[in-house]
Amino acid sequence: MDELVDKITVRNLHKSFGRKKVLNGVDLTVKKGESLVVIGGSGTGKSVLIKCIQGLITPDRGSIKIDGYETVGKSYKDNEKLYATMGMLFQGGALFDSLSVWENVAFGLIENQKMPRKLAKEKAIEVLRQVGLGADVADLSPSELSGGMQKRVGLARAIATRPEIIFFDEPTTGLDPIMADVINDLIIDSVKKLGASALTITHDMASAKKIADRIAMLYQGKIIWQGTVSELKTTNNPCVCQFVNGQATGPIKVEI
Amino acid sequence: MQSHKYLENFLRTLGKPLVIFIYRLGELSEFIAKALYHSITPPFYPKLLLKQIINIGFYSLPVVALTTIFAGMVIALQTNAGFSSYGAESAIAQVVLISVTRELAPAFAGLMVAGRIGAAMAAEIGTMRVTEQIDALSTLSTNPFKYLVAPRLWAGVIVLPLLVLIGDIIGIFGGYLVAVYQLNFNPANYIKTTVNELQAIDVYTGIIKAAVFGFVIALMGCYNGYKSKGGAQGVGEATTNAVVASSIIILIFNYIITDLIFTN
Repeated sequence: MDELVDKITVRNLHKSFGRKKVLNGVDLTVKKGESLVVIGGSGTGKSVLIKCIQGLITPDRGSIKIDGYETVGKSYKDNEKLYATMGMLFQGGALFDSLSVWENVAFGLIENQKMPRKLAKEKAIEVLRQVGLGADVADLSPSELSGGMQKRVGLARAIATRPEIIFFDEPTTGLDPIMADVINDLIIDSVKKLGASALTITHDMASAKKIADRIAMLYQGKIIWQGTVSELKTTNNPCVCQFVNGQATGPIKVEI
Repeated sequence: MQSHKYLENFLRTLGKPLVIFIYRLGELSEFIAKALYHSITPPFYPKLLLKQIINIGFYSLPVVALTTIFAGMVIALQTNAGFSSYGAESAIAQVVLISVTRELAPAFAGLMVAGRIGAAMAAEIGTMRVTEQIDALSTLSTNPFKYLVAPRLWAGVIVLPLLVLIGDIIGIFGGYLVAVYQLNFNPANYIKTTVNELQAIDVYTGIIKAAVFGFVIALMGCYNGYKSKGGAQGVGEATTNAVVASSIIILIFNYIITDLIFTN
């Protein structure tokens, strides 16, 4: 596989909400088949960044290229085909609570790929098995599942359409350490199997170190550092060190 | 100098709500334009439409029936009290007929459905917004306007007129019950007067009103839900706003439509 092809290229991306500058010139590249993890404190604009890439938020200026195709400044409709190649695991799962578990997983297959419901259900159960859930949960409602199981269903839904890019929004938040590691393994596994590019945002360092090929740190609306996991361990960038070691004192001032 | 400060404060208090109001108005206009566009362009979701029709229509029948029957009954009583010296017998049937079909059935059905359905829509869509389910729809290449808003708007416009038709019949029946069983008027005469006086325009007016109200209720429910933010509190606010706004708009539009049709 050609490892050098850029899948996502973000250049000089800006976004403000009112007077608050959230993204202030972000530069970021995700290569094909690579797993990039963006770390950063709460409220530093990590979610805004991935929502911009998915077209859910319109950036003020800058450039976002998917497969070399510019998406900024085009209408959502023009980019629809590109967005259809993306999948996302939401922080809270964001499962549709009016639908059953299997209907959630098969949503993209039924609504977009127009797969017949019977076939889609078989497919959904197969994907559920991939994330370690049995066929018995297929007909349950999402609210009947535990947090960890909801995350798995969310993951199953994200990968069911075989996307080329998958976004993970705080995939381990709210889970116990063991379940978090199970989810990490599933993420690595499913991304590898699909050969997809992955962009994860998290502040869970254990998770970041485990699933990342490369890590980038977002601070004050900019990427202030990026490198591999082993480089993260040896870097002397004060902001990164403070964040990785979880210290209250340092260059990063926490707004209370 | 002091007076300057007062003036500045005065303008400030006046200006901020005004700016917010204009902003909301723009936001709402954009929402309406998008909602209308996506309501008439494919893909359509007939199953979701059917679900909404059952939700709005079938399950609202009891409240609409109850409110309109009592409305018809109380009009019969009041007309008797007010017109007994002018020969109430023929007046009651006519007053009940006109007030129920033109005003009471559409207004009561509209207000009841606004309370029941407007609130439920705002709460459901608002919860979907704050739990990122609406974003999730987009990431699964499904347009939330087509999937969530369009079926609700269509259902509102289709179902409310049907509810009002049923409300008309039940309301008139309420008037009949009071006239015949409490005021001891002749049932045959009452029915004859009702049939003779029944005019298509009375029913049409109610139906037109109902379609407009159905649109307003669904629109306010969807809009407030869609724009809600900030967790449980935001959803609560959206629900309240949806009901209050649609109730007020219903009463204002009720007047405007009556004025348009019956003046001249």
